[in-house]
Amino acid sequence: MTLLSIQNLTVEYPGRKATFTAVRDVTLTLERGEILGLVGESGAGKSTIGTAIMGLLDRPGHVAGGRILLDGTDTTSIPDLLGARVSMIFQDPLTSLNPLYTVGQQLVETLRTHHRLTPPEARGKAVDLLDQVGIREPETRVDQYPHQFSGGMRQRVVIALALCSDPDLIIADEPTTALDVSVQAQILDLLCNLVKERGVGVILVTHDMGVIAQTADRVAVMYHGEVVEEGPTQQIIHAPRHAYTQSLLAAVPRGDRKLDRFPSLSYAPIGADVQTAPDLSLTSTWLRSKAPDVGTGASTKPLLSVKGLGIRFLTKNAILPRNRRYVDAVKGVTFDIARGEVLGLVGESGSGKSTVARMIAGIHPPDTGQILFDGQDIAARQGSHDRQALRRQIQMIFQDPFSSLNPRMRVRDIVAEPIHHNRLAGSGAETQKIVGDLLTIVGLGAAAGDRFPHEFSGGQRQRISIARALATRPRFLICDEPTSALDVSIQAQILNLLKDLRDALDLTVLFISHDLPVVRQMCDRVAVMQKGQICELSETERLFETPQNAYTQELIDLMPSLGPA
Amino acid sequence: MIRFLLERLLQAALLLLVVAFLAFVMFRFAGDPVAQMVSIDTTMEDRTALREALGLNDPLPTQFAQFVMRALHGDFGLSYQLGRPVAALLADRLPASIELSLIAFGLALLVGIPMGVYAGLKPESWLSRAFLIFSLAGISLPTFFIGIMLILIFGVELGAFPTFGRGDTVDLGWWTTGLLTPSGWHSIILPACTLGLFQMTFIMRLVRAEILEVMRSDYIKFARARGISKTRIHYGHALKNTLVPVMTIAGLQLGSIIAFGIVTESVFQWPGIGLLFIQAISTVDIPVMSAYLLLVALIFVSINLLVDLLYFLVDPRLRMSSK
Repeated sequence: MTLLSIQNLTVEYPGRKATFTAVRDVTLTLERGEILGLVGESGAGKSTIGTAIMGLLDRPGHVAGGRILLDGTDTTSIPDLLGARVSMIFQDPLTSLNPLYTVGQQLVETLRTHHRLTPPEARGKAVDLLDQVGIREPETRVDQYPHQFSGGMRQRVVIALALCSDPDLIIADEPTTALDVSVQAQILDLLCNLVKERGVGVILVTHDMGVIAQTADRVAVMYHGEVVEEGPTQQIIHAPRHAYTQSLLAAVPRGDRKLDRFPSLSYAPIGADVQTAPDLSLTSTWLRSKAPDVGTGASTKPLLSVKGLGIRFLTKNAILPRNRRYVDAVKGVTFDIARGEVLGLVGESGSGKSTVARMIAGIHPPDTGQILFDGQDIAARQGSHDRQALRRQIQMIFQDPFSSLNPRMRVRDIVAEPIHHNRLAGSGAETQKIVGDLLTIVGLGAAAGDRFPHEFSGGQRQRISIARALATRPRFLICDEPTSALDVSIQAQILNLLKDLRDALDLTVLFISHDLPVVRQMCDRVAVMQKGQICELSETERLFETPQNAYTQELIDLMPSLGPA
Repeated sequence: MIRFLLERLLQAALLLLVVAFLAFVMFRFAGDPVAQMVSIDTTMEDRTALREALGLNDPLPTQFAQFVMRALHGDFGLSYQLGRPVAALLADRLPASIELSLIAFGLALLVGIPMGVYAGLKPESWLSRAFLIFSLAGISLPTFFIGIMLILIFGVELGAFPTFGRGDTVDLGWWTTGLLTPSGWHSIILPACTLGLFQMTFIMRLVRAEILEVMRSDYIKFARARGISKTRIHYGHALKNTLVPVMTIAGLQLGSIIAFGIVTESVFQWPGIGLLFIQAISTVDIPVMSAYLLLVALIFVSINLLVDLLYFLVDPRLRMSSK
């Protein structure tokens, strides 16, 4: 018998002006022991289906039509639905556990909610569960608090909590999005094994096609609240029928070979930011008119040269210096970036890649080593005028487009600020002209300057960040995970824009990412960081085809791929 | 943990020393102590002798050291006005103030926290709105006005409660308490309500804001998805997570109602330290004022230390990082 059957489900959010339909007329089924992948971009309604099954829709959202049947019974009439029949796994393991209770207390509480158990029995079962989800030494771990577990281990605890009630159905909402690739592979393995052993049904909600390709039996592709295509995973990935699925798959950066440009979504998404290719002829005017301090003669020398860079952070303070404990966040990092080159810096979280970027940008002073920009030591140039002239040429684009723009400033003022600060324009009118040009270059149009950041989508905000970074006429851009907060189709647009700008403006780029396929598409050379050190640095193609280092090999093997095309 | 405690104790000692210095300076330079102690017809020779005898000609650091030593032994000198040792005066008055403050504070917590939890869980309900309006009144009305209105209604019109004093007290030797006699309880109700109202509304608003915040967090959503009962979620998971900020503020508030219950004590003629302080100011009784300054600092420092220790009980993350 079909475990879950969703029939013509419609979910609406009534608003003051209009009713927003998050899910429209969706029909899906799920068998026991099956993993159904639910993919789509942000706002497609995939998470809403999960919460609708649980009956946990945030008000004023409600089911406006259709039925959800679990084993043939309407879910609204199942009293012990939550936890007992259906469990849920959330995206962020760092926030889904209560920090003030031990893992054991939370497990015991959940177990005793669903089963008649004495506290010692429940504790025994809790230890069993931790063991089943692959946590070593469960006897001691059970009495620890969530903050004593790493991200991957916490997600295992979350899965153990979801298993407490022996559910028939597990809804996993982006269960591995917040995790590193190596941990992601482990968690997905664990989920697949649980499905096999226990015969539960799983709805896997994700935006990551690679995850779906590896895990799901069947896939439903969602677009603007509707399921546009549904079928077996292999068919969806290799022979997609719907135009949206085709363009979505095309936009996924490929890890297996390098393309000239990212294919952008040909299926125009409604409401998404659709920009025509920016008119880069504008760059011949202001952006190209570089200050005379550009040394053209020394072009054979690297633009940026990092030697023996190191920084340590205090982990345990003490009065006596010998009792203090440090962690070497970055140690002995050495690399050169030639003019016009894009160097990729990859590694898992905590490997120190962002710290390197921050030191080059001057946010952290390094403890050891040297950073030479165009032959000049960044740290040594103390004169504030010289220093500023140097800093002006290095600009940074941050990961989170929502927190890196001041919400109370108009876009025009945000972009104009670096121009004012560095006195790059002679008059206010000239500044406004430059700002208008910059906004046009990044594909937003000069009129965008009158608006505030919150009026823009994530991808558009990242364009504003790029315009702001270009406003000082930099020669060197540091991009710290510039697209990891964005959907694939938007990611493709932003990365294409960065490529175009680099070609048009001869920019040199340090590109930091944990996403190997993106790095392969963007970079000329790649440095792999592990535990604060660079373990391999070579040409992109060579690194991906014949990695020398064992860790690099491991990362490349774990790279989610869509399988042979 | 022990290191943290030692660090905090050291900080507290330093702070008290600074306050002691301020108290000393006030004592030493606000007027001439000799002139205040002698009568007009004392000869210059006698004054000089007295000055020498009191150690007022010693170098300043020596005098300060002596002041600190005396303070450590509980010797703050004689009250100019009453001619009794200041320490004894304070010891007489302190129980009244502490009893009043603790009752007011307990009242504020017992009523304020449940009201805050309710208003945080059901922000839309009419009762929550009523709580908010009530709390606005509690925060904006001045204490003396509330006191006078309570006296007018419950004391004068209804005659239900006494309007001044502590009622009958029982002397336990080291502590005089009004809490063992019916009239003592009768007398404490109106002042405690007056003093506690502001705290109660304050705590209610704080708890409400924290609950609203916590209820949006992922672990609450996850707990709901696991089928944990509402009561457990609200009072086990949510309330405990609001405790750290609430404790911080509540601790500061407790200090301030012990130390600055002056207005309430004046309105109800409550024989506590606040009333003593008011009288000391009006008669320029400097030994009492400087001792009061030290006492207030001591109360605040001790309560904050206690709150810091409570953090460790509540939040395991702090326990770990300090090991």
